Amino acid sequence: MEPVVSVRGLRKSYGQVDAVAGIDLEIESGEIFAFLGPNGAGKTTTVEILEGFRTRTAGEVNVLGVDPADGDAAWRDRVGVVLQESNAEPGLTVRESLQLYSGYYREPRDIDETIALVGLTEKADTLAPQLSGGQRRRLDVALGLIGDPELIFLDEPTTGFDPSARRTAWHVIEGLRELGKTVFLTTHYMDEAEELADRIAVIAGGQIVAEGTPGTLGGRNRMASTIRFTLPEGTGADDLPPELRALSARADGRVALTTQTPLVHVGALAEWALARGIDLPDLDVRRPTLEDVYLELTEEPA
Amino acid sequence: MTTAAARGPVALVLHQARFDLRSFLRNQQARFFTLALPVIFLVIFNGVFGNRVVGPGPMKASAYYVPGIAALAVIAASFVNLVISITAQREGGILKRRRATPVPASVLVGGRALTAVGISLVVVAVLLGVGRVAYGVKLPTAGLIGIAFTAIVGSITFCVLGYALSTVIKNEDAAQPMVQAIMLPLYFISGIFIPNISLPPWLRHVASVFPVQHLAAGFRHSYVPGAHGIGIVWSDIGVLAIWALIGITVAILRFSWLPKAASA
Repeated sequence: MEPVVSVRGLRKSYGQVDAVAGIDLEIESGEIFAFLGPNGAGKTTTVEILEGFRTRTAGEVNVLGVDPADGDAAWRDRVGVVLQESNAEPGLTVRESLQLYSGYYREPRDIDETIALVGLTEKADTLAPQLSGGQRRRLDVALGLIGDPELIFLDEPTTGFDPSARRTAWHVIEGLRELGKTVFLTTHYMDEAEELADRIAVIAGGQIVAEGTPGTLGGRNRMASTIRFTLPEGTGADDLPPELRALSARADGRVALTTQTPLVHVGALAEWALARGIDLPDLDVRRPTLEDVYLELTEEPA
Repeated sequence: MTTAAARGPVALVLHQARFDLRSFLRNQQARFFTLALPVIFLVIFNGVFGNRVVGPGPMKASAYYVPGIAALAVIAASFVNLVISITAQREGGILKRRRATPVPASVLVGGRALTAVGISLVVVAVLLGVGRVAYGVKLPTAGLIGIAFTAIVGSITFCVLGYALSTVIKNEDAAQPMVQAIMLPLYFISGIFIPNISLPPWLRHVASVFPVQHLAAGFRHSYVPGAHGIGIVWSDIGVLAIWALIGITVAILRFSWLPKAASA
């Protein structure tokens, strides 16, 4: 099947500066694709070119089989956009806002069903500007969905949410997957990308610096893990078995071991501790988080 | 259910106007400045000058102020209100969000203009009613056609001028002071607040360049007792049309859907 989004050699220059310096992207139907990158990395520029808001300097862009620069009403009928920042429609309730937007489309979704999908049924008759920040964002998502798009752009959908509102929003986005929608998500939250995305691309300095699943991005699956624990009183680092001693870096009895073979080392550690009859209640084995990987990928060269 | 979009552009313009009107009616500030303030002005000016005779004409002050304040009301409903709301919609990302839907730009503009025309006609009718009931100014029936025609042309002209002006305003905080800075002097020199016969000739020449005086004059021609026919003076309508063309040109060349704050 033809990809929903296909980008080849996309470039956008402002004067001498390349905001986007030749990127390739491919997004398949039904995927939740997360696009990550620090501010000023070319993320918003790329998204706005895909949405048809901005022109490009060079490259091929195809969204649902159409060049967004020539996107007409028939194309917009199939694309949903949830902007990073947009105010509520003044003077209209949640339902009225959706009625207004629903009239713009030829085959919109059912209004009440869409309100229920974003969990605003009880607020349907509240004036949109009176909603809380999280509720307003969910209304934004509903407005982006009302046309029943095949592809939906979500630009930082949960920025400024409290943790429970973010969970609710994630359920809504998970729901889109079940509806068979393709989702282009931009976010600053690594846990969000990890929770939702099938695939992630990281842009930095106008270029894609890594692409992969949340588990494999930037070689995360092959990166060293860290084993942490605190030695009980009376036990020193010198008492550890030799193969662990070599890896250890310690401070006040706290030990952190970095290892490519976590299971081997945890096994040796467990054997040693059990033989001595000591427990390590704060034992912790951690893979590098997506955030660690991301920060490494997007680090500015010093 | 067939949607407005599926029923064609006219249905879509009506759809847009219906929601624009609802939004307007729920905005207390817009309601006050557009619906209440013109009536308050009419009562005040008649209270001050009621029995005097003012020129040119000469005519009674009450008969003079109804058409002048009607012009102010049309400008409030079309220009002032539109500049403020369009600027706020642009900076708040509402225009950008609408742009991302299949709705054509012409429908958004048309719906907004239709709302302004509708509100203008209602306010002008209320002012005529007040003039009739409170000040006994009787309007020839034929004049009604001229008044309605002038209100529609004036409203559309000031709508497009509003779109044009909004393109040079950076943010919504600047919108209100900007429109007032432009309109207040024009109201004073265009015979809205004071009869412009009392102005020095050079100031009257300045006023005659701008559309405010011609809108007021357009109303006055239809309103003057004993006006001939429907009282449309084509030179006034012509000046309004020229301004409308200037407004359309500027708006088309400069209009932006995206917030200026973000694109700067």
